[in-house]
Amino acid sequence: MLNQTLAQQSSHKTAVTQLQLFIAFSRISLSSFGGAIFWTRRELIERQRWLTERDFLEIYTVGQLLPGPNVLNLTVMVGYRFAGWSGAASAVAGFLGWPCLVVVGMGILYQNYGRLPYVQQALGGMSSVAAGLLLATVIKLASVLPRQWRPWLFGVLAFIGVGVMRWPLLWVMAALAPWAVFAAWKYE
Amino acid sequence: MEGLDLGAMFLQFLLLWFLAIGGPSTIFPDIHRYVVEAHHLLTGEQFAEIYTVAQVAPGPNAMYVTLIGWYLAGWKGVIATTIPLLIPASTLTMLVGHLNERYPDAPIFRAIRRGLMPITIGLVFASATILMRTVNHNWRGYLITLVTVAVVLRKPWNPLWLFAGGALAGILGFV
Repeated sequence: MLNQTLAQQSSHKTAVTQLQLFIAFSRISLSSFGGAIFWTRRELIERQRWLTERDFLEIYTVGQLLPGPNVLNLTVMVGYRFAGWSGAASAVAGFLGWPCLVVVGMGILYQNYGRLPYVQQALGGMSSVAAGLLLATVIKLASVLPRQWRPWLFGVLAFIGVGVMRWPLLWVMAALAPWAVFAAWKYE
Repeated sequence: MEGLDLGAMFLQFLLLWFLAIGGPSTIFPDIHRYVVEAHHLLTGEQFAEIYTVAQVAPGPNAMYVTLIGWYLAGWKGVIATTIPLLIPASTLTMLVGHLNERYPDAPIFRAIRRGLMPITIGLVFASATILMRTVNHNWRGYLITLVTVAVVLRKPWNPLWLFAGGALAGILGFV
C-alpha cells in the first residue's frame, strides 16, 4: 500500500484505460503514412498529452536498443506503462491490427491499378512529404537535448556514421553507445 | 513458388527479428536474400513492388513482410510472416519495459537513457536525410519536403492535408 502510494507520487501518471490505448494506437497506425514516429509523437505528446517530449524520447531510445521495429517496441512499453500487460496488448492490437488488413487491401488494389501512371506520380509527391515529416520530428525531438557539447557530439557522430558514411547501424552503435553511456554515468 | 515451406519461413523470420536491433531496415537484406535469392519465392521485381506498396500503406514500414506472406499463401502466409515480428516485442521488450518502469531511477537505466538519447536523434536525422535523398529526384521534390517541415513546425494542421497536397502536386506533374 505504502509502496503503491509512493510509486504514484513519483511518476505522476495519467489514468489511461486499455480502450483508450487501443483507440490512440489505432489512430496512430491508420494515419501513419510514411513512417510511424511522426504520428506517434504527435498523438502521445500533442493530442493525448500522456507523455512529455523527454519521456517519449527516453522510451523511444530504449526501444531502439531492442530488436524489432522501434515504434512497435515503444508501443509495447507505453501500453505497459499505463495499463500493464493488457495495456500493452491493447496498444499493439491497435498499432498492428489495422495495418495488417490495410496493407493486404492495398496489395490487392495495387495488383489491379498500380501501374496507372498517375498513381506512381501521386506516390512520388507523397514520399517527398513523408521525408519532411521525419525531418520535422527530429527537429522537435532535438529540443530536449541539453545545451552541452557532449550530447550533441554523440548525436553528430551517429548522424555522420549512418547518414553520411552509410556504415551499418550495429557498428556505429557498438562504437558510440558505450562511450555515450559512460559519459552520462560519469558527468551527469 | 515451388518449395514454399511456411513453417521454415516462420522460423527464419523469427530468428531474423531477434537480430533486428536498430529496426527493420537492418534485416531487409536478409529477408530479400531468403525470399528472392535462396528460395525463389518472388522475383526481385515483385519484391520491390511489394516493398513500395507497403511503404505507402499506413502503419509501420515493416509491414512489407505481411504483404509478402499474403502474396505467397494468403492469410496463412500473413500469419507466418507477421507473428515473428511480434515475438521479440512481446517478450524481450515487455521484460525491459517492466524493469525500466520498476526501477526508473536505477543509475544504469538513467545513464543508458540519457547517454543514448542524442544518438537516437542522430540516427533519426540520418534516416530523414537518407529518405530525402532517395525520394527526391529534383529541386521541386526537395521544395515539397522543406515546405512540409516549415508547415509542421509552425502550424497545427493535420498533416494528412500535406499528403493530399503532395499527391496532387505529383499528379499535376510538379515532381
